[in-house]
Amino acid sequence: MTVLDAPAPHAAPRAPADARTALRLYRAMVVGRAFDRTATAFTRQGRLAVYPSSRGQEACQTGSVLALRPTDWIFPTYRESVALLTRGIPAEDVLTLFRGDRHCGYDPAAHRTAPQCTPLATQCLHAAGLADAARMRGDDVVALAYIGDGATSEGDFHEAVNYAAVRRAPVVFFVQNNQYAISVPIAKQTAARSLADKAPGYGATGVQVDGNDALAVHAAVTEAARRARAGAGPTLIEAMTYRLEAHTNADDDTRYRSADEVAAWSAKDPVARLERTLLDDGVLDAAAVAETAASADALTAALRRDFAEPPRRDPMEMLRHVYHQPPHHLREQAALLAGAADEADGADGDGAAAARGGEHR
Amino acid sequence: MTPPTVTLAKALNTALRHAMREDDRTLVLGEDVGTLGGVFRVTDGLTEEFGEERCFDTPLAESAIIGTAVGMAMYGYRPVVEMQFDAFAYPAFEQLVSHVAKFRSRTRGALPLPLTVRIPYGGGIGGVEHHSDSSEIYYMATPGLTVVTPATVADAYSLLRRSIASPDPVVFLEPKRLYWQKDEVALPVDTGPLGWAAIRRPGTDATLVTYGPTLPVALAAAEAAAEHGRSLEVVDLRTLSPFDEDTVAASVRRTGRAVVVHEAHGFAGPGAEIAARITERCFYHLEAPVRRVTGLDVPYPAPLLEGHYLPDVGRILDAVERLEWPATPRTSGAAA
Repeated sequence: MTVLDAPAPHAAPRAPADARTALRLYRAMVVGRAFDRTATAFTRQGRLAVYPSSRGQEACQTGSVLALRPTDWIFPTYRESVALLTRGIPAEDVLTLFRGDRHCGYDPAAHRTAPQCTPLATQCLHAAGLADAARMRGDDVVALAYIGDGATSEGDFHEAVNYAAVRRAPVVFFVQNNQYAISVPIAKQTAARSLADKAPGYGATGVQVDGNDALAVHAAVTEAARRARAGAGPTLIEAMTYRLEAHTNADDDTRYRSADEVAAWSAKDPVARLERTLLDDGVLDAAAVAETAASADALTAALRRDFAEPPRRDPMEMLRHVYHQPPHHLREQAALLAGAADEADGADGDGAAAARGGEHR
Repeated sequence: MTPPTVTLAKALNTALRHAMREDDRTLVLGEDVGTLGGVFRVTDGLTEEFGEERCFDTPLAESAIIGTAVGMAMYGYRPVVEMQFDAFAYPAFEQLVSHVAKFRSRTRGALPLPLTVRIPYGGGIGGVEHHSDSSEIYYMATPGLTVVTPATVADAYSLLRRSIASPDPVVFLEPKRLYWQKDEVALPVDTGPLGWAAIRRPGTDATLVTYGPTLPVALAAAEAAAEHGRSLEVVDLRTLSPFDEDTVAASVRRTGRAVVVHEAHGFAGPGAEIAARITERCFYHLEAPVRRVTGLDVPYPAPLLEGHYLPDVGRILDAVERLEWPATPRTSGAAA
């Protein structure tokens, strides 16, 4: 187990972030932490089918999002709830996937945020392709794909970094190395000295950064995005961090990691750390801390209120967006769902024709 | 004036060329599609005419080809990707099934993917293993994908144009053994929208339902049957999903008998679905159970054995003869 105390081999230079950026990061992290706590509480109340906690990874998620422009695209996984919230997606919509009424609770085009990806690393290719398309069109747009440490073993990760490097696509591959792929530790995932080390083999830039230092993450992603826009190709960032909760609420993390280990990483809590730094630097004072906590409380109170409403359920929606125009067999199944099947002559299997309103034998 | 003679491969090439001329959002990408013009020359000359940003060679990675095309389509392009051979598309299967097929649905229509995946498929060209698979059932079994396969030169042009223009992702299966088939066709030509079958030969006694590589086989069987007094109607599905039940059902209701002919495996193959739908729609019109003539249920064989694997005229005529005909005396025996 590596706990980063000293700068890593490829550590990004820690930029002297301006006070305004630091405060935005702090606020996003405090709000994200409160959101995460509320979502975890929802799982215990049975209001969410499942929730993969972001606790401990707030610096990675807020630091990366706030380093991008609103015109840039992000490609999140299921664990990027705090990143989505930081992007400006309403809290209730962030949780739609986990509540179970829709696969994606937000408009991806409007937020320039792809739907949360559950298969591992597949979205790295989407990010590479979108970034390449933006480059071909001459747009100043960067794509950032989030993955975890486990996903770096997947073929699509390698194909994406290779493709992006060959095509000089403006994409950032942002690995949150939270030390475990569910229960499998990083030492069983790779024999590489670091995940960032994989980048040079593809002709990409590799950077390792302290993922519990929001200012360092922000600086690393800012620099990677700058390089991407300048035509220097993709950067693979390995952010060293730790997931303080289990993989999801359904996982028992005591089976694979010790309380001592979790305690050691808890001591490096990224939210407390930034708060301490900003208080020491005089960027933050007690009043601002209280004000930030109050706005986080307001957000979670609103979320609890919104979640008191029953989830939306519209069975017809399943059939509505499969094709541009529903083919006849989906129109038949829509009729079945709508209860029109009774009117169709179902007994001899000719309900199909009746539902189409046309042919009769 | 006689129209020019065109091969099916050239018709596909012309379709790509015309689509790229008409809409600069149309991109072509894949392995060897640039300088070489594709191993079957379907992308011949496209890089020359449109430049390397419109038709380009990708790294040798099938999942990357389809996965990056997803991102390009998200950004407003209309990518047409080439998978070099049927069995080489399997590494990209996850992208196709988990993402291409589901993007419209997952995003409730916000991010439709107008992308076309061209896959040369099927055998009959003496290819070594992994170059002759009939993989259509995998795509047909995936909601969200449109699955198209031309069997004529005119359809090759027209259906590819229609596929590229489709707002939905299309798996466009090109029957390899028909690439060099020629016909007199003036391009451009429009043979109608996706989703419609064509009656290639009218008949009254039984319907042969087929598509792609086995259309010429079915037509030859119908010709042979005619010599023995059986009038067979031949329906070319053209689009496998969605499946044109109406045209097929109307034909079978007229003839009362049906044989489904395809090169893919029979067990849980395309014919199983087609036969089930015919039975549902035409049960009281059927004089006999629907029969299937298919490739054998084995991995595609070595090239010297493929003649035993592929459906041929003899197997089709044999299946036709098993359609429980009335025992009336006939002037000549059917081929077995």
